[in-house]
Amino acid sequence: MHSVQHHGQQPRRPDLPHCCQPLSPFHNLQELRHSASLANKVFIQRDYSEGTTCRFQTKFPSELESRIERTLFEDTVKTLNNYYAEAEKIGGQSYLEGCLACSTAYLIFLCMETRYEKVLKKIAKYIQEQNEKIYAPRGLLITDPIERGMRVIEISIYEDRGSSDSSSGSSSSS
Amino acid sequence: MHLGVSESMRECEYSQISTRSSTPMETPYKKRTPKMRKWESFPGRNKFYCNGRIMMAKQTGVFYLTLVLILVTCGLFFTFDCPFLALELTPVIPVIGGVLFLFVLGTLLRTSFSDPGVLPRATPDEAADLERQIDVANGSTGYRPPPRTKEVVINGQTVKLKYCFTCKIFRPPRASHCSLCDNCVERFDHHCPWVGNCVGRRNYRFFYMFILSLSFLTIFIFAFVITHVILRSHRSGFLNALKDSPASVLEVVVCFFSVWSIVGLSGFHTYLISSNQTTNEDIKGSWSSKRGKDNYNPYSHGNIFTNCCAALCGPLPPSLIDRRGFIQSDTPQLAPPTNGITMYGATQSQQSHMCDQDQCIQSTKFVLQAAATPLLQQQSSQPVILTASPENGGSLPGRTSLTLGGPCTSLPLGQPTPPTSTPSLSCHEATDMLPIHGHSHTHNHSHPHQEPVAHHHFLTPEEVPSPPGMLPCGSPLGHSHTMQAGFYNPASQDSLHEDSVRGLVKLSSV
Repeated sequence: MHSVQHHGQQPRRPDLPHCCQPLSPFHNLQELRHSASLANKVFIQRDYSEGTTCRFQTKFPSELESRIERTLFEDTVKTLNNYYAEAEKIGGQSYLEGCLACSTAYLIFLCMETRYEKVLKKIAKYIQEQNEKIYAPRGLLITDPIERGMRVIEISIYEDRGSSDSSSGSSSSS
Repeated sequence: MHLGVSESMRECEYSQISTRSSTPMETPYKKRTPKMRKWESFPGRNKFYCNGRIMMAKQTGVFYLTLVLILVTCGLFFTFDCPFLALELTPVIPVIGGVLFLFVLGTLLRTSFSDPGVLPRATPDEAADLERQIDVANGSTGYRPPPRTKEVVINGQTVKLKYCFTCKIFRPPRASHCSLCDNCVERFDHHCPWVGNCVGRRNYRFFYMFILSLSFLTIFIFAFVITHVILRSHRSGFLNALKDSPASVLEVVVCFFSVWSIVGLSGFHTYLISSNQTTNEDIKGSWSSKRGKDNYNPYSHGNIFTNCCAALCGPLPPSLIDRRGFIQSDTPQLAPPTNGITMYGATQSQQSHMCDQDQCIQSTKFVLQAAATPLLQQQSSQPVILTASPENGGSLPGRTSLTLGGPCTSLPLGQPTPPTSTPSLSCHEATDMLPIHGHSHTHNHSHPHQEPVAHHHFLTPEEVPSPPGMLPCGSPLGHSHTMQAGFYNPASQDSLHEDSVRGLVKLSSV
């Protein structure tokens, strides 16, 4: 059972506004999950204005207004959109891959992974990096859209339980 | 927190009673060690083989027929006609035939066994979030909320996105819900019984290559069997030729009837690919110019060549349903929101709804045990409808949980704020007592087709048994044990989930 640890006051970060000061030092995301409680989830829906290609809306949700700067959030979503566009791009390389795969009766995918899968791995790494550097210190967590069927970007908002309920802090992590 | 209190109380009650009771259920909250793969609790009506690697529709009889027809015809061709043709004409014929046959088989199996592009159903939190947004948008909430649609402008054309009640999502454009497989499929073309699977975004190119290569193979066999018979009849007469190779007759018959349908289908799909439409859209005439002067296909790339390349050689998206992944049991879920609309499955923070089926099974066992010995005096005048036992406790988690989810979906899912409305409290208590995490399953089964099933599985709250230690939990909360008829008068509720309304209407008609 993960015990709740309080590392003491987190030093103020002068680069962040008052509303976005880090709640507590989350050294890793596991700690975030276990020592804070889930308060709310925000879902960023898909943007279908350009067709069926994977794009997410860049509209800044109101629930995050006090947690993170608008520009950081928009940057994250735009980068993700770019990654997905790269994965689904129809061009020379994808045709080559398609024809090669067809000519080998798709057996080539037993040894090689598709370009889409390669980009998805890059996306997973990017999301983890964003979580560690930007979102976890603000008590937020981004879930990779692939785990939600590419329908939504799920952002979990955690509330730091702090010292007020440290006595019952272990009850939900049993 | 309410739940935290009852949970801790439950635990202490268990420790008191465990010596007395002889129920097989000790600690339902202990984590099960054998990990399950996600395909084992997949909510759609699909069949999985090879530990989740192969995915097919439920009805596969016609697929086996297709397979048999192809294998038998080709087998006869290679056995009876090819030796003659190889000697008389050229050995290249069996080689080409062989290559075509392998290609046909490969694409057929690839089409049938792969995931067509199934969209996973919404998680409880997502569904709740959408519901909230829809209610906000709708304003007034009647018993039957209007059909939920969203409009989107794609490349200048207005497209309506429909809300899928089964999957609890707004379907992306070009997606459709297959009623046979009970899944939403991306870029849904059609459900092909010959192939035993839906044809959608991920397997459309294999399907196309299958019918194309099959038309070549059929024409190839047809032509060369006729050649064979003609050559033989030059030597020994027509009737003798037929006697010498009787298989040829069968092959000709099969090929003759196949050619028309398969070549026709290939031609049709070639047209669909070149104009970047799905069978669905073509049949409905969604983008036909007859609908309006400005109606055009927003997905088309402009020219035939690009459309074909995009459909056949474009990137292949990965499967979204992760069949062989293991079910995670520690995903946190939200506490129910306070606006009256909530999801039962979201009340537990530790259990994901996927592995809750174990608890559903345990809960069901409880229910069945209790149903055998009536616990409480029944005060309602409504006849009791007992649950039919699930066929086997573990195999149909969704349906198992439906038996418990029945009364729960019929009851208001919000918090029982007015303390004077005893029915709501008793119902909430009943549902609160049972370790129901599988309520999230019920949302998968809120499809209208499930209603007749749900109807027969409803329990009155009185029939809901109290697992050891549960009943005393009720008293500190201030509920009386003399439960009244626990069903809501539909007229007294304003905001109800559509399914619960339907459930109530059905119940009141019993």
